[in-house]
Amino acid sequence: MSSTISPSGVPIVEVAELTRAFGARQALAGVTFSLAPGECLALFGPNGAGKTTLLRVLAGLLRPTSGNVRISGVRLPGGAPARSGVGLISHQTMLYEALSPRENVSFAARLYRIRDAKSRVEDSLRRMSMLERADAPVRSLSRGMQQRVSIARAMVHGPQLVLADEPYSGLDDSGARALTALLGELRSAGTATIVVTHNLIEGLSLATHAAVMQRGRFVRYDSVDRIDASSYATTYREAVAGG
Amino acid sequence: MADILFAAWLIARKDLAIEFRTRSAFFSAVIFALLGLVIFYFAWDPTAVGVTDLAPGVMWVIFTFSGLLGLHRSFGVESEDHAIDGLLASPIDREAIFLGKAIANLIFVAAVQLIAIPSLVLFYNLPLGDVAGPLIVIAFLAAVGLVAVGTLFSAMAVNTRLAELLLPMLSLPFFVPIVIAASQSTAKLLGGRPMAEVSAWLKLLVAFDIVFVAACTMAYPFTVDD
Repeated sequence: MSSTISPSGVPIVEVAELTRAFGARQALAGVTFSLAPGECLALFGPNGAGKTTLLRVLAGLLRPTSGNVRISGVRLPGGAPARSGVGLISHQTMLYEALSPRENVSFAARLYRIRDAKSRVEDSLRRMSMLERADAPVRSLSRGMQQRVSIARAMVHGPQLVLADEPYSGLDDSGARALTALLGELRSAGTATIVVTHNLIEGLSLATHAAVMQRGRFVRYDSVDRIDASSYATTYREAVAGG
Repeated sequence: MADILFAAWLIARKDLAIEFRTRSAFFSAVIFALLGLVIFYFAWDPTAVGVTDLAPGVMWVIFTFSGLLGLHRSFGVESEDHAIDGLLASPIDREAIFLGKAIANLIFVAAVQLIAIPSLVLFYNLPLGDVAGPLIVIAFLAAVGLVAVGTLFSAMAVNTRLAELLLPMLSLPFFVPIVIAASQSTAKLLGGRPMAEVSAWLKLLVAFDIVFVAACTMAYPFTVDD
């Protein structure tokens, strides 16, 4: 089964019948959706449902086995240009522990060829309240602080599409609030977002759309304003129980 | 091409900054090189083997194995916290990642050579004379080939459980032609042979460099694009 999201504008993400196999195992089995600027998709599902695989394909880290994926009109795998508008927040921080937060974020800013890199780096670190520890080695920071730096790194180039895989993991209350505010600002500015989370309340509060994945497919897709929270929770529990 | 070189330099600078902070691989490589020199020195019978016959072999054994220490570290820093994903998701070509790593590794190997060659000259009382310049050229050309092959295999081995074992097992067979050409040209140079004999091996080294750098740069994207 595949699900289709009707785009409400020119889509930033267009995914059609996307499959991805690892040997005999089908991690993605026909996913179809699209996301317009400012839309946010909350993605739920049990471990191994294919959520992270979907994000890694969209980030250009994995090649689709079949199907069609376009990011801002560029078909994947589309080389470097297709990746320029994507910001990835992963399970792992993707940071260099020997470098400081400022050096890590500056390095990312230069890779994305940002013109006013210095001010963007400072702004990105300030938004995640990391300016005070900006020059300490990353290895000396707590897991939550490393996650804040990782988010600053992913946002420094002002992405059109943010892919966030459990972005709240490790964050304390203030970090979580900063992230929610940042995602809200990005949405207002037209950034499309896909957030993978196991927390229904958190996900639904962020999203314009929500989907439940199971065995590589969308088993449910809804616009958030039409969701009945209790029936959604039941679907989610059934999906988790079904693996 | 300018974009690739710019990104490669960014990556090389980042890798060198990390190595400068930690100095773990550099100190290991230098200590290995110096220990190797000392061991070979005490095992050497000067009445049986002349210094110009022994030195080329010692030199290239030391450079080959001390270089491996740095090459292993090269992609090791990317596997901590999956930093490689950050590079692969950024809008740079895969080739830039390889070239950046190779440039950093070349500077690493050159830095080890900068300490090891004078130590070799000192220990073995090598009559360098006017061959110092050509010796540096040989060392550089050989380092380019070793680094190109080693960087590629470092990328392939890093995600395996036996990376420390796999890297030398994969790399050393491909190092052989480079090490033969380097040690032969060094031996002829130190032995005072005519430059025509040396340059024949140098041409071979240049040819290996071109082939290995081109082939490894083109092969690298296949090691990361699942």
